[in-house]
Amino acid sequence: MGGKVIGSILAALVLVATWGPGAAWAQKGPIKIGFLAPMTGGAAQVGKDMVNGLTMWLEEHGHTIAGRKVEVIVEDTQGQPNVALTKLRKLVESDKVQVLAGGLFAHVGYALAPKVDEYRIPMLYPVMAADDLTQRKPARWVVRTGWTSSQPSHPFGEWVVKTLGYKRVVTIGIDYAFGWEVVGGFQKTFEEAGGQIIQKLWPPLGTTDFAPYLSQVRRDADAVFALMVAASSLRFPRQYADAGLKARLPLLGGGTTFDEFVLPSLGDEAIGGISPLIYSAAIDTPVNRRFVKEYRARYGKVPSYYSESCYTTGQWINDAAKSIGGDVEDREKFLAALRKVEVPDAPRGPVKLDAYGNPIQNIYVRKVEKKDGELWNTVIQTFPAVSQFGKYKPEEFLKQPVYDRNFPPCKYC
Amino acid sequence: MTRRALAPGTPRIAIAIVFGLLAVSPPFVSSFLQALLTQAVIYAILAMSLDVVLGYIGLASLGHAAYLGLGAYSVGILATRHGAGFWVTLTVGVLLAMAVAAVFGLVALRATGVYFLMITLALGMVVWGLAHRWVSLTQGDNGISGVPRPDLGLPWSFAHAIPFYYLVFTAFLVAFGVLRGIVRSPFGATLVGIRESESRMRTLGYHVWLHKYIGFIIAGGVGGFAGVLWAYDNGFVSPADLELSTSVEILLMVALGGRGTLLGPALGAGLIVFLKNLVSVYTQRWLLILGAVYIGTIVYAPEGIVGALRQWTKGERAWAGR
Repeated sequence: MGGKVIGSILAALVLVATWGPGAAWAQKGPIKIGFLAPMTGGAAQVGKDMVNGLTMWLEEHGHTIAGRKVEVIVEDTQGQPNVALTKLRKLVESDKVQVLAGGLFAHVGYALAPKVDEYRIPMLYPVMAADDLTQRKPARWVVRTGWTSSQPSHPFGEWVVKTLGYKRVVTIGIDYAFGWEVVGGFQKTFEEAGGQIIQKLWPPLGTTDFAPYLSQVRRDADAVFALMVAASSLRFPRQYADAGLKARLPLLGGGTTFDEFVLPSLGDEAIGGISPLIYSAAIDTPVNRRFVKEYRARYGKVPSYYSESCYTTGQWINDAAKSIGGDVEDREKFLAALRKVEVPDAPRGPVKLDAYGNPIQNIYVRKVEKKDGELWNTVIQTFPAVSQFGKYKPEEFLKQPVYDRNFPPCKYC
Repeated sequence: MTRRALAPGTPRIAIAIVFGLLAVSPPFVSSFLQALLTQAVIYAILAMSLDVVLGYIGLASLGHAAYLGLGAYSVGILATRHGAGFWVTLTVGVLLAMAVAAVFGLVALRATGVYFLMITLALGMVVWGLAHRWVSLTQGDNGISGVPRPDLGLPWSFAHAIPFYYLVFTAFLVAFGVLRGIVRSPFGATLVGIRESESRMRTLGYHVWLHKYIGFIIAGGVGGFAGVLWAYDNGFVSPADLELSTSVEILLMVALGGRGTLLGPALGAGLIVFLKNLVSVYTQRWLLILGAVYIGTIVYAPEGIVGALRQWTKGERAWAGR
């Protein structure tokens, strides 16, 4: 009997081994978009926002680009670089996609980039923001339609000194590359404009109890700049208020500290929080008002920047494919077209790429306010057409190392 | 002769067929499956190395991803920054993993059971923390990308999936051969003796601690070996490889396949890699399926799949003998 069982296991193995996802593909069949996002695990909700954005664009345009049907194949990265790599292989080699998009975490971006170059298939990064992906370690086949981590921080740092008049700021940033880059960009321009960072605190990724850090915050500061992500964004404002700091020190932040993804879960304690980002659902333009209304009707919530960026990515692929008559099989031509795209009327405003492949776009300074019982990121200042290098010359800027926990050094601590 | 009398030989035939399939089938399957097979075989090496600790010494470790990471970072750092070749990274990776295991063993082997679990967990997190925070060396959270495929100075290139698979498969056979030799040796028998009754072995005059210590170091070394291959396969190393979830996954592979059987953990590794990557292509509920598999194993086959099959064939034999 044992033989029978083993035999059936073997049969199953043979079945699994010889069978793979089908690979039939006609020359002028549909345009296939391979989309990578975390659909399970801690970041699954963000992944859904991303897929929603792209899906919405395609549904509004009848799943057609340049006269060809469009097929989207979504693969779950589980938020892990090695799974993302495996799924990339699947999308390229088995599904034969002509263009790739997606990805959430920076390390996934760094893991995918060399493979994408190896496959020579264009990949759009709507979310992954690691600075060096379009600065010191650019990949030829990667087109970023999102942002770099330090991009919103650059104009914001200067603005905080000049407009808000804060001179002494304490930073609390989640201790990983994204946190370093957002805080680093802020510190650079803030100090160059005459401000002083007097303390830098780095709670580790996954911190849920910020009390030990909040108790260290120097009370002689003018304000606190906090960079939170996902789960920590949900908890931080409440704990900041509970520690009695909200009344004494205004709370500034990186864009993700107050993004539309977390706002519905926050209470009144978040009101007054000021942060810069490439998008706010409260941008008061006809295009964005329609986008927010439509998105809400479909998915029952306010779009986050993740949704907006993936929506615009749909537009991006469309514009590029159209400009070459739908001939996306000619990859070099397609890549060149993708780099030339200018979207003048994205929900976030006009977007086009710089020479390094990162969008030049508006940066919005947003203040959390309550309207009709909901929290919104009211835009209080718009910096038009900001590049990833801010007001610096790219060659000059690239001479400095990438921002990390010790760069720029804390001169006034 | 009846079929039942042949039963004792069937597992061996089955194993031979699986090995045969692993050796022959890759060129005929899709490239996605080739990639999965490569991953599965690397994980199989890793699971077998943990099996020495869990299955033969009888200690559950939650820090085994550390050795995977040490091997992988050896490649990541040496190959991208110093252009080191395969044999250099391999040697450094394995020796580094063994050296770290030698230090960790001094701390961890003072304890057993849950305490051993906790200590190895903490030690594993130390290595993860280093990878995460020692940015000048490891590039921190962003990881090290652009690890080239190895060049062994052979006439064919390992940049392609098939030759690389065979390299990994050969490595698997070597690791299996070495580990099998060890567990079947008098040394391995002593380990099993210690697992069954430490006090009795001590009374018999065995140096129990030293045996455990050596076993622990061997497991670390083979884990580092798997890590070296892992880095070459992905072309990328990041702290995500060293997370607690990786250690848990390896532990589950061993438990699923059947601890103390070497091939069982290898089978468990294969199953989990395929579940994780292939099933998730079809459904987002793959975690549910994985959970059901774990619960099913613990309830119906606490000794793992191979353990259950063994008991089955033994039972058959006993029945036939009556």
